[in-house]
Amino acid sequence: MLAQFGFGVFVLTFLLALFGVVAAVVGYFYKSDRWVEAARRAMLLTFPLITLAVLALAYLLVTGHYELQYVYSVTSNDMPFYLKITALWGGQAGSLVLWSWLMSAFASAVTLRKWERDRELLPWVIVVTSITLAFFLSLTILYENPFARWWQTTAGDFVPRMFAPAGAIPVTPLDGQGLNPLLRHPGMIIHPPILYLGFVAFVIPYAFAIAALVTGRSDDRWIRLTRRWTLVAWLFLSLGLVLGMRWAYDVLGWGGYWAWDPVETASLMPWLAGTAFLHSVMIQEKRGMFKQWNMLLIILTYALVIFGTFLTRSGVFSSVHAFAQSAIGPMFFAFIGITFVTSVALLIYRWKDLRAEVEMTSLFSREALFLLNNLLFMGVLIVCFWGVIFPLISELVTGQKVTVGPPFYLRANGPLFGALMALMGIAPLSAWGKSTFKTLGRALWKPSIPSVIVPLVLAILGVHNWIALVGFTLVAFVIFVTLFEFWRGVRSRQNKQNENFLVALWQLAGRNRRRYGGYLIHLSMVVMAIGILGIELYQTTTQKTLAVGEDIQIAGYTLRFDSLAQFPYTDGRIVTRAALSVFRGGKFLGDLYPRYDYYTTSGQPMTIAGVRSTLADDLYVVLVNWEDVSAAQAPFKVYHNPLVNWLWIGSLMFIFGFLVAAWPEREEETRKGKI
Amino acid sequence: MSQEPNTAPTPKRGVPLWAQILVWIGLLGLLGLLAAGLLKAKNPILGIGSSVPDFTLTLFSGYEYNGAPEVKLSDLSGKVMVINFWASWCQPCASEAADIEAAWRSYEETGQVVFLGVDYVDTEPEARAYMTEFNLSYPNGPDMGARISQIFNRNLGVPETYVIDRQGVLRFIQIGPFQSVAEIQAIIDPLLVGR
Amino acid sequence: MKTKNIFLLTFYFLLFAAALIPAVAVSAQQPTPSDDEVNAIARQLYCPVCENTPLDVCPTTACHQWRELIRQMLAEGKSEAKIKQYFVDYYGARVLSEPPRTGIYWLVYIVPPVAFLAGVYLLFRAFQTWKRLAKEPITGADHSSSLGTGPEPAEGSGTAADDEYVARLEEELKKRK
Repeated sequence: MLAQFGFGVFVLTFLLALFGVVAAVVGYFYKSDRWVEAARRAMLLTFPLITLAVLALAYLLVTGHYELQYVYSVTSNDMPFYLKITALWGGQAGSLVLWSWLMSAFASAVTLRKWERDRELLPWVIVVTSITLAFFLSLTILYENPFARWWQTTAGDFVPRMFAPAGAIPVTPLDGQGLNPLLRHPGMIIHPPILYLGFVAFVIPYAFAIAALVTGRSDDRWIRLTRRWTLVAWLFLSLGLVLGMRWAYDVLGWGGYWAWDPVETASLMPWLAGTAFLHSVMIQEKRGMFKQWNMLLIILTYALVIFGTFLTRSGVFSSVHAFAQSAIGPMFFAFIGITFVTSVALLIYRWKDLRAEVEMTSLFSREALFLLNNLLFMGVLIVCFWGVIFPLISELVTGQKVTVGPPFYLRANGPLFGALMALMGIAPLSAWGKSTFKTLGRALWKPSIPSVIVPLVLAILGVHNWIALVGFTLVAFVIFVTLFEFWRGVRSRQNKQNENFLVALWQLAGRNRRRYGGYLIHLSMVVMAIGILGIELYQTTTQKTLAVGEDIQIAGYTLRFDSLAQFPYTDGRIVTRAALSVFRGGKFLGDLYPRYDYYTTSGQPMTIAGVRSTLADDLYVVLVNWEDVSAAQAPFKVYHNPLVNWLWIGSLMFIFGFLVAAWPEREEETRKGKI
Repeated sequence: MSQEPNTAPTPKRGVPLWAQILVWIGLLGLLGLLAAGLLKAKNPILGIGSSVPDFTLTLFSGYEYNGAPEVKLSDLSGKVMVINFWASWCQPCASEAADIEAAWRSYEETGQVVFLGVDYVDTEPEARAYMTEFNLSYPNGPDMGARISQIFNRNLGVPETYVIDRQGVLRFIQIGPFQSVAEIQAIIDPLLVGR
Repeated sequence: MKTKNIFLLTFYFLLFAAALIPAVAVSAQQPTPSDDEVNAIARQLYCPVCENTPLDVCPTTACHQWRELIRQMLAEGKSEAKIKQYFVDYYGARVLSEPPRTGIYWLVYIVPPVAFLAGVYLLFRAFQTWKRLAKEPITGADHSSSLGTGPEPAEGSGTAADDEYVARLEEELKKRK
């Protein structure tokens, strides 16, 4: 009953979305406010409807209605309550529902506001968001229906269908398969929703951009309206990526955080375009330039979001992450075809109207540096995109499979990211308009001096890897520049307003939230870079089979195998856990408990490393479960990851930077005309 | 709108033709690529009724076919061919190995059927142990570079068996192990009828 | 020769011969390569059957066999390059962590830098055009750049920043009020 209700709600919402598209288009061309208002109300109505369906699905999951194929595939009797809720997005069908729900939520939030000033944009914003929503709902209704139930056909096969096939009888299993063990980790629980939040939020600026293109507006109104959306989208996308990295690090057991797997790279690509977009729009707002770039970048971001979703779910690309193959590939293909072609055609049509109001006059000006910024991000994007699709091309042409892995990406992207870091240091000190090498140089020399000391100190301390030297120097440079900028601003306030340091700092950041929030985010990025440089350049690993009492050594640490135990655990798993003691220089530092869990229902194992984390490094031990393990002897794999925790510290910092940047403006500033 | 003294009203040029052509070619190329990828993902296995492309199987030392250490598919035309993919690390393969050998023995004298064993991504010592254990007397060879498997199934698993008729057309695909000798013979016998 | 000298000679010779024996025995039997030596090579290879899983962390039986194969080849004294080549010959190019630099695979390395440089060139050309046009006198062409709506007032950022442009703009805005 509830399942049929949920399905019916989806169908109704789909029809509403389609109606919204038609009504909005009619309203625009016939200049009818009533039709546009009808479209707006249709969009607003989709949200409560989808929420109902989501609640229905959640209820069915929690109460274990295993006659539904989706519930059967992601829950089981021995799962705790909270995991049954998170199972909502644990499979293909449920995660598509989550997508639709978020799309509807954001589109409704956007259409809720008062639209007096921008009435002509509204219909097209509704059209774009409704089409996207309708597409994802169509996938749910036609192919990945979470409300489909199990039937046994006359031939004896078990098939999942919404409506009964001829002569089939309904079947109700007593227990489900349970959620994939890899998905039962806290990081994996929030990683998909946060990532989808980022993806879906980027649809909003895209919708406004398309609206601007269609209505022929070349001003930056659409950018200012969606400024906060872009920031929020960026935050969630960045967080989603970091959570994925953390989860990979904790649970996959190979001591790394990023493998350049096609699905990972596919989620990075919208971030690259989105970050470039985030920066590039500042130039349009301040100088009326880069209009073409901004349209291109937001279209690219949206296109890459859809492409990434397609890549993950279509089975075309081989990946450890990909969902099981399904029939939605062709639908995605059609949607990609339509949206890409339409967006590109619109952009080409309006290209000349997007001419800048002011042109760039100097290669050393801030505008030029932002142009370089765009170029570098596009460079990384090209590398990633090419690396992802090349195996497909190669296989179609030669018939042989090929892998494009970390060495390719690191070699190509390393210098590009290095250049981006340098830009993070140089750009804040640059000036708008006329600039020469001398003027830029004059601004730069002060923070450059301390930065030069850094590689000297490192070299003395024994760091000879030139990549590390360059990398850490750039990190230091950015830190010095950013702190210098803060200091300069505070001093200037102190001189003018006679405030004390902290008050000046508070006021400074408060009145220039975007700038100083942005600086904080830059700082957090280079802090993350410290972690990345540490683990990429200096990770060491060793593996050995130890008998009880034997030890294994790495990077000055000694780990001694003390004991091994095996016992059943609450949610139907058998845990095999080893105890090791950690020493350094003879001094006892603590115990580590690497283990692996074997889930009996699904027959899948999950490795949990024992990790000792400090600011300087991580000592990461895995109990190797593919060689022979017994109480007397067990194989262990140990990784030493220097500086890796700065990666996580940096990611916490950028949340703080985001809050500074995105905090709502005060009333008086809104009245003055800043929206 | 403020302007700087030396700003030029740049001419409003649209996208130059060469750029438009490039962009559309690129976009259509990408779409074509995705379409081809989707088709391949949907139909990873060689279709029944299609002609099997020629390949050469280099045999393990100790095996030979007509005195040569390798077998070319095109040399076998006129006979019914049974290509069986296996690996030493594959449990279900072991369950059908004896049946396949027995089926081979039943057709050996007729000279009308050829059995070929293709060892898929395996290591030689373990493969030899497998072949010795099941007394495999028909020609076996490793799938070098995994090339032969890519012809039949892009996502090949083991065991899989492909039966090709006298005209070189694929007639039967078995994914997974056979359950009995009779099952194998039931597939081959109809293909032996007629010339 | 005196007997004593013959004895000494024989004794030293036997001593020398005895010293050689362990050396000969050792070279005939290499120590088993450690897990680390195997992993150093396995890390650079991908599992031939699994999806994008490096060989040193792959948990399947087959991968275990492949690592043992590497161990055996190392014990036989084969070099890393030879072992990797063996894997490519037997299992295909997909076992390498990036495509070999042969044939069509060259494209994967060439396209990104070429595309990037092409982008740099295009932008440079565009920049040259702007500079050239900026030097030409203004010929009275229309200055509006947007259709439909008028120019939006740019916002002032107010305090602190050494933003010369913004300061000038604020001046102009004050003049227009």
